[in-house]
Amino acid sequence: MLQLLQLIVSGAAIGCIYALIALGFVLIYKATETVNFAQGDLMMIAGFLGLTAMTVAGLPFWLAFLLTIVAMALLGMGTERLVLRPLLGQPAFTFVMMTIGLGYLARGLVTMIPYWGTETHSLPVPYKDEVIWFGGEGKGLVVSVEHLVIILATVVLVALLYLFFRYTRLGIAMQATSQNQLAAFYMGIPVRRVNMLIWGLSSAICGVAGLLLAPITFVHANMGFVGLKAFPAAVVGGFGSIPGALVGGLIIGIVESLAGFYLPEGFKDIAAYVVVLVMLVVKPNGLFGDNLTKKV
Amino acid sequence: MPDEPQPILQLNNVEASYGAVKAIRGVSLNVSPGSIVTVLGSNGAGKTTILKTISGILDPQKGSILFRNDKLEGRDPAWIVRQGLVHVPEGREIFPLLTVRENLLMGAYTRPVADRDAVAKDIEDVFAYFPILKERTHQPAGQLSGGQQQMLSISRALLAKPTMMLLDEPSLGLSPKLTTEIFEIIVRINRERGVTLLVVEQNAHIALKYADYGYVLEIGRIVMHDTCAALREKDDIKEFYLGVKEAGVREGRRWKKKKTWR
Repeated sequence: MLQLLQLIVSGAAIGCIYALIALGFVLIYKATETVNFAQGDLMMIAGFLGLTAMTVAGLPFWLAFLLTIVAMALLGMGTERLVLRPLLGQPAFTFVMMTIGLGYLARGLVTMIPYWGTETHSLPVPYKDEVIWFGGEGKGLVVSVEHLVIILATVVLVALLYLFFRYTRLGIAMQATSQNQLAAFYMGIPVRRVNMLIWGLSSAICGVAGLLLAPITFVHANMGFVGLKAFPAAVVGGFGSIPGALVGGLIIGIVESLAGFYLPEGFKDIAAYVVVLVMLVVKPNGLFGDNLTKKV
Repeated sequence: MPDEPQPILQLNNVEASYGAVKAIRGVSLNVSPGSIVTVLGSNGAGKTTILKTISGILDPQKGSILFRNDKLEGRDPAWIVRQGLVHVPEGREIFPLLTVRENLLMGAYTRPVADRDAVAKDIEDVFAYFPILKERTHQPAGQLSGGQQQMLSISRALLAKPTMMLLDEPSLGLSPKLTTEIFEIIVRINRERGVTLLVVEQNAHIALKYADYGYVLEIGRIVMHDTCAALREKDDIKEFYLGVKEAGVREGRRWKKKKTWR
């Protein structure tokens, strides 16, 4: 029983990472109807930026964290403005290819930067390798602080995002733009600027995910492949739903963790895709997929 | 032309196209302040294109558009909304997952943030025109009926505090009773708030009943314009737009009458 709980907690922590990356997918998908396949690579860049801020510049963890998030938001907005906006009006496939290309480019460039390179780095967070015992040391539930931080940070971030989308004018305008871009133009909402801000937000969220994940998986050029697991999470939640991305991420994380322990070796890596296949057969729209049709 | 001194909106020989397809070919029209002007035309005549060109969604290839003293051609849609010219699009185009109230707030997007209290009051004022929306304040707009969505679309535009509104087929997909209701409220908005209206319609009956002045658009050209009272008496309008046939005219005549626009 304790064993099961243990697996669920560590699964949920990784699930939170999937959820955050999936959230990044969903935000951009809803706003621009394209999928940003470079999402995982954005996360990787955040890992390296955080690493550089802490080890090379010697900044304290919290400052490095904040600076990285700001830098990631700027990077996301810059990508939208310089690379993707000129493609406006092209078929969606063009955007997909462009983001896949950007991902390759990022992975390649990172290995050329002197300190970053092809090596595996460890992010020296203050809470590294610490554990907390719930219910008595040596016999209760043991949770690593890294996992705990991931879960808490995700909860806080999601709560903030909820408040932002629910109550602020910009948040509502972002939803409006993603639901009906033409109407947003008619209402005088600066659609292009809103899209740019959504890219910034999505990239910043990926940045958070990257910094949270870095203490567990280390920072390296191929760190972004975690994005391949986040994609199923978004699909399970019903691509285009924000709560769906969270629940989907948690499901994939926990299933993966359980499969890794109870099933033969190798199942851990395919668990996410099995879940997606089952989901697509049982409920093709995903858990929270909306199929609202337009009335005339 | 109505003998008002200075039109609030002036289109001068405007041409616009979608790629190689020319949708409007040299349209000129004037709207005097405080009036209701209608543009009649069948499917594909270019009615919607005229409105999209005015509101900056499309850029005209030729011609000029003057709103009060500002040139509108080549301007950003958001800038045009800020000048007080708001477009109520064809087919409602509400934000389906936002609540009714959030939809209305988006109508006020171009107003400064400091206007918060004024906007809240304006929402109440708009509910006076459409009480049903008040009951649905916190429902997602996608759950409203077609007529209620049309009401929401008009209300949302009012939240921008327009001096002029462009209405694209407000009768689309509505029952005759609901169409009449909507038009009566549109007229009230015009009378009570002094909002100038340019209404594009296929339903000539209703448009000619409520508007002051009318233009008839065929294949991208204005073929006739006059006061609505005068238009209602023209033979071509009667036959081709109002569907009035005099008894026995079919006898001894060509199978299809030609339009003369005289």
